[in-house]
Amino acid sequence: MLGLEKKDFQLLLVVAGLTLLAPFILNPFPESSGMAQFNAGYPDLMQRFVIFGIFAIGFNILFGLTGYLSFGHAAFLGIGSYGAIWMMKLISLNVIPAIFMAIIVAGIFALAVGFITLRRSGIYFSILTLAFAQMSYALAYSVLTPITGGETGLQIKSSDSPLFSNLEEGEIGRANLFGMDMRASFELNIGDWLFTFNAGYYIAAIAMLASFYLAIRIFRSPFGMMLRAIKSNQTRMSYTGLNPRPHTLAAFVISGMYAGLAGGLMVAMDTQVGPERMFWTASGEVVLMTILGGVGTLIGPVLGAGAIKYMENILSKINKDVLHEWFAFLPDGLEDLLVTIIYPFIGKGWHLTLGILFMLVVIYLPGGLVEGGQRIARALRGKKANDEDGPKASTEPAE
Amino acid sequence: MGILEVKDVGKRFGGLQALSDVNLSVKENSVHAIIGPNGAGKSTLLNCLVGKLIPDTGSVMFDGQSVLGRTPHEINQMGISRVFQTPEIFGDLSVMENMMIPCFAKRDGAFSLQAIANMFSEKDVVERAESMLEDMNMADKRHMHAASMSRGDKRRLEIGMCLAQEPRLLLLDEPTAGMARADTNNTIDLLKQISDERDITIAIIEHDMHVVFSLAQRITVLAQGTPLVEDDPENIKGHPKVREAYLGETA
Repeated sequence: MLGLEKKDFQLLLVVAGLTLLAPFILNPFPESSGMAQFNAGYPDLMQRFVIFGIFAIGFNILFGLTGYLSFGHAAFLGIGSYGAIWMMKLISLNVIPAIFMAIIVAGIFALAVGFITLRRSGIYFSILTLAFAQMSYALAYSVLTPITGGETGLQIKSSDSPLFSNLEEGEIGRANLFGMDMRASFELNIGDWLFTFNAGYYIAAIAMLASFYLAIRIFRSPFGMMLRAIKSNQTRMSYTGLNPRPHTLAAFVISGMYAGLAGGLMVAMDTQVGPERMFWTASGEVVLMTILGGVGTLIGPVLGAGAIKYMENILSKINKDVLHEWFAFLPDGLEDLLVTIIYPFIGKGWHLTLGILFMLVVIYLPGGLVEGGQRIARALRGKKANDEDGPKASTEPAE
Repeated sequence: MGILEVKDVGKRFGGLQALSDVNLSVKENSVHAIIGPNGAGKSTLLNCLVGKLIPDTGSVMFDGQSVLGRTPHEINQMGISRVFQTPEIFGDLSVMENMMIPCFAKRDGAFSLQAIANMFSEKDVVERAESMLEDMNMADKRHMHAASMSRGDKRRLEIGMCLAQEPRLLLLDEPTAGMARADTNNTIDLLKQISDERDITIAIIEHDMHVVFSLAQRITVLAQGTPLVEDDPENIKGHPKVREAYLGETA
C-alpha cells in the first residue's frame, strides 16, 4: 500500500492514528483530578511533539543510516526559522510559502556545510558541524543583527505589511493557511474532559506524517541501503565502485531540509525566532532524542522526541507544593523525607531525570525505547508460543 | 601487451624503499600469482594498483589506461575488483543486500539518488543478486546477517560481490590467510571454477604455496621490493633464487 510493505504500512497507520487522535490520547485525565497536570493534550505541547518528531526523523536519516553524528543540526532548524519568518514579514502570512522557504534555505545551507564538513568522519565531523552551528549562533546573535534581530530575535510586528496581505494599518499579522488562523482551536467538552483540536497542530501533524512516510521510503530505497552500507563498511563501499561522498552529502542535505521544515513549522505555529534556537544544547537535544528512541529505527526518533518534550514540559511543572500534596497522607516526617528525595528530580531538576533515563537506556537498551518495546513484545509472544506449541526461535528484529 | 602493465614502479615510505623498479605484465584471462617473503612489498604493490597508494615513480596501466591519480571507486568502475586479506563485507547488512549493492553499483555507477523506489522492486538487480548467490552456493543464506557467517562464507560472499560487478581483473590479497584446510580447498576450487568459466583475469597474492601452485599459470617472485623472477610454475619451484629468497643464503 502506498508503495510500502505491509509491516511498514501498518506502522504508518499506527503513527497516523496516534497523531490524529493525540488530543484524546494525551488527555487521559479529567480536568478536575489531581492527575490533570500530566495531561499533555494542549496545542502548544502537541505541536512541539510533532515538530521535534520531524526534526528527529530527519536527524536519524543522517545519523541512523550513515552513522555520521552531526552535532550542529539545530543550525538548520534555526536558519529554516529565519527564512520562514522573513517570508512572512515580506511576502505572505500564509504558512505554505514560509515553510517552503524554510526547507529551501536550510537545504542550501546544509549543502554548503556538508560539502566542507563531510571531508572528515567520526569525531572530526562532529566537531566541525558543532563549530558551524556555534558560528551560526554567534552570527545570528550579534554580527547579523540587521537580518536576525540579534539577541531579541524576530517577530511579526504591526509595522510589517507583507506583499500579499490585506492588513489594516497597525494590525499585527497572524500566520494562517489560506485564511485559517494557526491558533484557531475547536474545544470539545465531554464530561469532565476537555479536548482541544488546534488548526496549527493538525497542519504540523500532517507535515510529520508526510515526513515519516518519506523517511520510510528512503529507508527502504536503494539509496537508503547505500547509506547503511556506508555505516557498515566504507572500504568495501569504495572498492565496490561507489563514491561515499555524494551519498553522505545527499543524506546530510535531506536531513538538513527536515530540520528546516521543523524550523519553518515552529515559526508557523508561533511567529517568532531567536538565536537560542541554534545553540549547541538544541543540537545536543536532537541527538538525545534519537538515541533515546532508537538509532536507525523508523519510529524511535519520534518516540524519543515525544519522551523528552513530555518530560521538559510536564515534569518541570511539578513543584514542591505538588509533591507535598501527593504525599499528604503520609506521616509528616516521612512526607518531608520523600519530598526531599524526589525534589531534585522534578521542576528545574528534570534534566537529572532525563540524564538518568538516558544512561539507563544506553546501558541496558542500546536499541533505545524501540528495543524496549520489542523485548516486551517478544516476551509476551514467547509466553503465548510456549503455551501453545513450545518455543519458537523467531527473533528477527523488526524495525 | 597484458591487461595490466606495471612499469618501473617505486614507492618509498620515509626511509624504507618498499618498492623499486617493479615491472609486471599480467596476461588477459590468466591467473597470475605474486609471491614473496614477508615484507617483500606484495601488499604495497597491490595498494598501488587499486588507488589506495600512489607510487612515487613509474606507471600502472590497465587496459591501456593509466590508473594513477584515480580514486579507488573510479578504478573499480574501470573493471578492477579487489578481495581483501580479511573479508571486507557489509557486516550489518543481510547477505542478499550485500550482493545487491555491487549489482546497483554495476547498473547505476558511483552515485545515484534513488531515494523513493523500494530496493526489492528493482527486479533486474534482485534477479542478478539472486543468481549470483546461487552461483556462490549461498542462496539459502540470503536472509542471514553477513557478520554472523563463518570466515569461509564471508570470503565466498566477498568474492561473489566482486564477481557481481563483472570485473575484468580480480585482485586477491591472500584469500586463504587464516583459513582452515577445508575452507582453503573450497576457495581454491571456487577460484579455479571462476577462472575456467568466466572471462576474467585473476592476480593473486599468496603465502600458501599449495594455493599458488594449484592455481597460478604465471608467477612473479618479489623480494625486498623488486621482482626476482617471473616464470611458469614448473620453473619457479626449483629456481635457486626463489629458494634463496625464501629460505635464506644457506639453503
